[in-house]
Amino acid sequence: MDPDDEALLEALLAGEHRALARVISKIENRSPGYRDLVSELYAHTGNADVIGITGSPGAGKSTLVDKLAEEYRDRGETVGVIAIDPSSPFTGGAVLGDRIRMASTVGDMDVFVRSMSARGTLGGLSTATADAVKAMDAFGKDKIIIETVGAGQNEIDIVRTADTVAVLVPPGSGDDIQTLKAGILEIADVFVVNKADRDGADRTVQELREMVHLGEEGGLGGDGHHGAGAMGGGDDRSDADTGDDSEESWTPPIVETVATKGTGVETFIDELANHRTYLVDSGTRAEKVRQRYAEEIRTLLREDVHSLLEDELAASGGIDDLADAVRRGETDPYSIASDVLGPVEACVENLETDVDADSGAE
Amino acid sequence: MSSEQEAESIRCLVAKVGLDGHDRGAHVIARAFRDAGFEVIYSGLHKAPEEIVQAAVQEDVDVLGISILSGAHDTLVPKIMDGLEEYGAKDDTLVLAGGVIPEEDRAGLKDAGVAAIFGPGTSIEETIEFVRENAPQR
Repeated sequence: MDPDDEALLEALLAGEHRALARVISKIENRSPGYRDLVSELYAHTGNADVIGITGSPGAGKSTLVDKLAEEYRDRGETVGVIAIDPSSPFTGGAVLGDRIRMASTVGDMDVFVRSMSARGTLGGLSTATADAVKAMDAFGKDKIIIETVGAGQNEIDIVRTADTVAVLVPPGSGDDIQTLKAGILEIADVFVVNKADRDGADRTVQELREMVHLGEEGGLGGDGHHGAGAMGGGDDRSDADTGDDSEESWTPPIVETVATKGTGVETFIDELANHRTYLVDSGTRAEKVRQRYAEEIRTLLREDVHSLLEDELAASGGIDDLADAVRRGETDPYSIASDVLGPVEACVENLETDVDADSGAE
Repeated sequence: MSSEQEAESIRCLVAKVGLDGHDRGAHVIARAFRDAGFEVIYSGLHKAPEEIVQAAVQEDVDVLGISILSGAHDTLVPKIMDGLEEYGAKDDTLVLAGGVIPEEDRAGLKDAGVAAIFGPGTSIEETIEFVRENAPQR
């Protein structure tokens, strides 16, 4: 590792805020050498609770995060917040405004708030977010809160980084068919009906409750959608087995909050802690962590292959010419893809991958 | 083994410090910076110098633009500069001031470390150009 990066890493581990800020910038910018830096971080991680907060725009995520951070600080814990905002698809620019809502904890450096823009690259945001979480974890933050942009597939990627996912559902967010649809509601470990003092809050709570019960009774997925069952299958459950016949499962609780007043925040924190306890006791945590690392490895590989291919495309004259050829009717995207990939496939077949899971060495 | 594509973006904090309650100008600048492709963090109104310093350090911004209309720049801006220094962030943060700042106060602010002062009537293009040319290379 570069001596400057070495010094930066030491400063981060020594608890210097500016070093943490710098490391996150390097991660976001994919500055030269950032990968070595992140791989050094891993040895110092694993102590933080990572909480993802998601929900539609205007659901009150920032305000709730602010109150959450305040409450954790009152309990003597340090907090890192990663607040993600969208970036412009046209200019790449962004206004990152979530910080404005973090008013309860200003002046307290032990709440480290970092705004990130989506910067719109394939898989880039979730990798950068996961790496920034590593930096905060290694720095020594007890709780790390990831606040996402809003609803969407991208956010689901990001919350995979979290141990516990809270989904905010504002009152009156649609009829009960909305709760049947696939997507963001499926990833919740805890539901929060924020703005619970508004009209329609009771009905929203009721609809969520019905949805949760359907999931429990239906046996169509039960806990499987977000727990151990999703990827592990039945063959590799040794550390998830508690000896009991009936596998413990988690029923997402529904918490009502009024973030602007701080109402319900303590209950919310208790439920987050309960979920944490459940994860550890049921062995789901180990499973989740493994799943997360699997996903990280996949994402990294995908990014690397992607950039290899981009280089390949650039070397062969750029994608514009190819696209033009398709436009003129001379060829089609499928033929081009197999032409470009042909030599790569041939190479890969002759390749002997030498990955040693025990050493993890490069 | 990977071609690491860098995706650097200029990060700016647009800050309102002190008691003045007008942030139309700050909004206009934030939007213009966004359209120029910068990442803009807006502080919100009525911030204390320490809060601005905290945000600038945590967000690791390249540029700090302080908008001030209340006339309190002579006390507030130096406090921010001292705070940045304390965290070792003064040397590589480009600090700009904007708003209502009388001619006779400008030399003092520049001595404190402000790189440029943009008064009323400055074109936004000029400001963006200045940021592009002077944003620190890290």
